[in-house]
Amino acid sequence: MIEIRTAEQLNKKYIREAMWPTIFCNGCGHGVVLEYTFWALEELGWDMDKVVFASGIGCSSRLPGYINADGLHTTHGRAIAFATGIKAANPDLNLVVFTGDGDCSGIGGNHFIHAARRNIDMTVIMINNFIYGMTGGQLAPTAPLGSIATTAPYGNIEPPFDICNLAKALGANYVARWTVTHPYQPIKSLKAAMQKKGFSLVEFMAPCPTAYGRRNKLGDIKKQWEWYDNNTIIIEDYERIMNYGSEKEKEEIKDMFPIGVFQDIDKPGFFGKYEELVNRVMGKEHKPSKKAVKKVVTSK
Amino acid sequence: MRYKRDPKLIRKVLGNDVQFILGDMACVYGGLLAGCSFFGGYPITPASEVAEGMARLMPRVGGTYLQMEDEIGSIAAVVGASWGGAKSMTATSGPGFSLMMENYGFAMMTETPCVLVNVQRTGPSTGQPTLGAQGDMMQCRWGSHGDYEAIALAPSTVQECMDFTVEAFNLAEKYRNPVCVMTDGEMGHLRERIVIPDEKKLKLIDRVEATIDKDKYIPFTKSQTRDSKVPDFPTFGTGYHTYVTGLTHDERGFPATDKQKDHEKLVKRIVEKITDDADKLIKVEKFNLDDSDTVFVTYGASARPAETAMDMARKNGKKVGLFSLKIVWPFPEKIISKLAKNVDKIIVPEMNLGQIVHSVKEASNGNCEVVSAPKIGGEMHLPQELMRYLEGKYK
Repeated sequence: MIEIRTAEQLNKKYIREAMWPTIFCNGCGHGVVLEYTFWALEELGWDMDKVVFASGIGCSSRLPGYINADGLHTTHGRAIAFATGIKAANPDLNLVVFTGDGDCSGIGGNHFIHAARRNIDMTVIMINNFIYGMTGGQLAPTAPLGSIATTAPYGNIEPPFDICNLAKALGANYVARWTVTHPYQPIKSLKAAMQKKGFSLVEFMAPCPTAYGRRNKLGDIKKQWEWYDNNTIIIEDYERIMNYGSEKEKEEIKDMFPIGVFQDIDKPGFFGKYEELVNRVMGKEHKPSKKAVKKVVTSK
Repeated sequence: MRYKRDPKLIRKVLGNDVQFILGDMACVYGGLLAGCSFFGGYPITPASEVAEGMARLMPRVGGTYLQMEDEIGSIAAVVGASWGGAKSMTATSGPGFSLMMENYGFAMMTETPCVLVNVQRTGPSTGQPTLGAQGDMMQCRWGSHGDYEAIALAPSTVQECMDFTVEAFNLAEKYRNPVCVMTDGEMGHLRERIVIPDEKKLKLIDRVEATIDKDKYIPFTKSQTRDSKVPDFPTFGTGYHTYVTGLTHDERGFPATDKQKDHEKLVKRIVEKITDDADKLIKVEKFNLDDSDTVFVTYGASARPAETAMDMARKNGKKVGLFSLKIVWPFPEKIISKLAKNVDKIIVPEMNLGQIVHSVKEASNGNCEVVSAPKIGGEMHLPQELMRYLEGKYK
């Protein structure tokens, strides 16, 4: 086995070449997330026969097609429910779900909430580009206030969804948010997320120059990528300022997106608990030992 | 922990060979006998007893019961489980069946074996939750968008609820298609005697798994190892690295959304794998067809009052027969067409305002009179009511 050092070697190993080229536009962040995922998988050294990628509908949901592994490209918003079934049928498989902000927090919100609550063993990689890109730029539930979309031509008046804080509140084992402009931390996070038992979420903020950046006058691709650096703040700094900072400091960061690891805990995953349940009802556990039986007899 | 069908354990969990049980519970028994190891469901009257039975028995045979967040998630998980290598099923009623339609179509497009039990209740909308109906017969055939071929069975007894659930799994596995067991609130909540078949008498079909060289494997084409339009199944985790999509796909499984030929080829194969076998898929029960001039053509719960009406009429010297469809879809067009040439009148009792009667009319092609005998509102036909149809009083 050759040691992989370059992106070229990495792609050769993980990409489903026959599906190339991708459907993605210039400046899109999805390919970057795919690359980070490959690095994380390479570092984990996982057998790709035992990793299944599921997705719903949208640009991000095309990603499993480009990976040389089993992939289930499902219906809009439902990937997490499909993945739950795959995992139930074969708990030896590692499940990774690629989803977008509309797919995950809009139409698929209910499945997301319940999978996180049940702590279903899977890693959800949500790519948030603030917009329904594939269909031409309609308003997404994550779009910041004032965003222009084809279905919000006068500016968005709805408060956006914070999917990381939602997952955290539901008790997901691992929750992190990064932007595609940070190369190292996301790979570390993806690795941590995929190794976790239970439910993990990694949200990526990624530019959609075609459907979001252009309409919202974020400038050329370089400027759009810079936008992410200028509008995000490390979560530890965010919390420190919000707790102890001056009013002026708070005002400066209040509209910024906190990035980093939101939650990292180790509650048992659903399928581990289900296996325990099966063992219990099948009588494989809790058989009274001879000693215990004796005790009952002597107490008579 | 992966499920492995253990016949002895299943029989131990099911209990006595002869039992007096609910129709819904019989569907549970059928599923477990067939080797179902994943049930994903959501509570709904009058199908909840299926989920309750599965919740109780599934862990005891080593399978997984999951109460999903809704019916959309239920069928999604069922389809996912099938790709993970499990025989999987769900059970629901009208409102849930409506919610399942999108992923029912996904199962058609991706050729995923799975079983849906629909314990039908009256509709539209919430209707009469506790009362039976047969209002989803056309929905099961046409409810999801686009072109596909449905397979549906309709039990008329509790025994058939069990037997047909086993049969539904066999057909699902054989044709790689979702299969519906169209029972109803009357059947689901009826208690009858059942006899659980001996393991030796139980005929089970498992999907043909892909075994061909990975380099040569083509996932979405006719079988590469048999003479069949049904492709061999590349279970996830077996190294075939299959891409499965609900988009129109070419033989490799890759999206081919802008090519007319690819779509036509794919959908025609998905349809033809079933229509080619339509003659093998006929399952009917015939009574007194030799001398009858009038015949009831019906299915499911409606076959029961029709049988009584036939017996009553025969006692009065009338030549009445009964044709009870056990597999409703694909519709047994040829034999109904033949029947229409030999009789004067076909009466179609249904617990809806007339659904299968349309297929009967189409098949009989004007060769005999076809009369719809509808009844809605959650009550079965009374035999006396059907007698009136025999007398030509249709209202």
